[in-house]
Amino acid sequence: MLEDKDRIFQNLYNDLGEDVESSRKRGDWKDTNEIILKGRDWIINEIKSSELRGRGGAGFPTGLKWSFAPKEVGSRPHYLVINADESEPGTCKDRDILRFEPHKLIEGCLIAAYTVNAHVCYIYIRGEYYNEGQKLQKAIDEAYSQKLIGKNASNTGWDFDIYIHYGAGAYICGEETALLESLEGKKGQPRLKPPFPALIGLYGCPTIINNVETIAVVPTILKRGAKWFSSLGKPKNTGTKIFCISGNVNRPCNVEEEMGIPLKELIEKHAGGVIGGWENLKAIIPGGSSMPMLPKEICETIKMDFDSLVEQKSGLGTAGIVVINKDQDIIQCMARIARFYKHESCGQCTPCREGSGWMWRMLERMAKGEASREEVDMLMDVTKQIEGHTICAFGEGSSWPVQGLLRHFKKEIIKRNNFNPLVNKDNKIPYLVDQHLLEKDNAEIKS
Amino acid sequence: MSLKKISKDQPEKFEFNDRNIELAKKMINNYPEGKQQSAVMSLLYIAQRQNNNWIPLAAMKYIAKFLSMPYIKVYEVATFYSMYNLTPVGKFFYQVCTTTPCMLRGAYKLVDVCKKKISNKENEISTDGNSSWMEVECLGACINAPMIQINDEYYEDLDEKKLENIIEQTMKGKTPKPGSYRGRVNSEPENNRTTLVGIKNA
Repeated sequence: MLEDKDRIFQNLYNDLGEDVESSRKRGDWKDTNEIILKGRDWIINEIKSSELRGRGGAGFPTGLKWSFAPKEVGSRPHYLVINADESEPGTCKDRDILRFEPHKLIEGCLIAAYTVNAHVCYIYIRGEYYNEGQKLQKAIDEAYSQKLIGKNASNTGWDFDIYIHYGAGAYICGEETALLESLEGKKGQPRLKPPFPALIGLYGCPTIINNVETIAVVPTILKRGAKWFSSLGKPKNTGTKIFCISGNVNRPCNVEEEMGIPLKELIEKHAGGVIGGWENLKAIIPGGSSMPMLPKEICETIKMDFDSLVEQKSGLGTAGIVVINKDQDIIQCMARIARFYKHESCGQCTPCREGSGWMWRMLERMAKGEASREEVDMLMDVTKQIEGHTICAFGEGSSWPVQGLLRHFKKEIIKRNNFNPLVNKDNKIPYLVDQHLLEKDNAEIKS
Repeated sequence: MSLKKISKDQPEKFEFNDRNIELAKKMINNYPEGKQQSAVMSLLYIAQRQNNNWIPLAAMKYIAKFLSMPYIKVYEVATFYSMYNLTPVGKFFYQVCTTTPCMLRGAYKLVDVCKKKISNKENEISTDGNSSWMEVECLGACINAPMIQINDEYYEDLDEKKLENIIEQTMKGKTPKPGSYRGRVNSEPENNRTTLVGIKNA
């Protein structure tokens, strides 16, 4: 287990206070000036050698992302955008950073902005987090009044401004290009990539977009050294991560742990175990609702890091762990997730707009046992037609959880939905439009 | 599902009050010159706050003029995002999260309570005209499930009894205390902390 002194977010549970003075006491804004004066190359190299990977879901190496920003500022200014549009079901880590560790985020913003040559940073917070946004604004005001940011921020000679932009309840705005569209005051519909935002982003200018947690850990990495960070976790999956454990556990919680911690340990030790005991476990969604679920057999041994989960055809995602026990109807749970994706599809690409509704309706029927055996394979086919045929990764995000269900619980679905695929006269299946032709009463034209 | 239905009763005119004009100008200043369209989302929020938590069409037209952008673009934004209410909602606007992590912990029981206590149908204002409710997608407080949002505040770790209690308070016009209703502190594991123990005791 990770020792308390190696935890980056010391104030995760707000024991110490979130204001600037309390934050200074736990090391925030210490030596910021010296770090920045070491130069861009040093910062990028340090982040690269720490092997920090983005905490927003995709796990892209942060140092590499920063190095994509043009070295010199041309005719267009550079921007830094922080993605705080945390809406993935099962995830609520950024909320606690915004509430309780805002100065870690602001300090990280200054360092990142300097590194990518940006003078302006926008923090895109989901609209529901109104109070969290107000707390962050208070922290930003404190930082301005202490000259930590603003003109000549922290005495570095770098001018730096932060603005908060509230979203308005669209999950899709967590996708980086949709977020940029939304920031520009349009509907949040993703853009085609390439061009990538690092070259053509906000207002057509080079833009670097990072998750809240990624930016908030940067100052600590630079202060304690890349070696310290990469000594935690596993190679290529270094450092610590906030895990959110929700669902059917005795004590749901947020906890910061080392990458590569066994899933079972996380649940048994920190979350008080599964309700009804470990034997009562049905399945676990390991990384927010977009990631395919894992059945109990895999959960016994799986380690929580990017690469181990990919081996099991799942992913770490945002590390929002949703525990589902045997008291729940697994098909119904997935049907509800499918409804979420149907509701949140932005409607730009047809496979996703139509397919997400198909998946929802089929799963709702499967939960009730009204589908035919044939349809189970048809559902798989629908997911395959969405995946990879959309502009953004929402298509994958909506079809992977259904694929996960089919991969591990196909037997259970078939057991419940075991109709003969051909329309059987005895089965009143209301959704089959041409069923009426097979029924005697309707087939005969009444004169 | 969000309130995408546009209200039939529309006020003729809408204008920001003086305080909100200042606020709107401040918002526009957050963005580079010529990019004032970026402020459309904040201006819609300002309009919604000024107009009892919903946005009339007149407000969209007003904002379009304010930002010198086409009215249809404002309309597009207002109808795309689910947090803009385009029909009147109750003074206490209940949003019940029912996405899977909340559902696993009994969110649909809360929906039943809302049906019983507030109004039978979603988005229907209660008979006393005080409150309305709707089902929403993940509000991002899964650790504290099941939870609801009333206006800007989160009410966490609920069950049927506690929600009934909250509704009764709002019926009297009182704003209940936000936060966890099982007395737990933020997102730490209840009763038995496993990390950062030394800090708590220090």
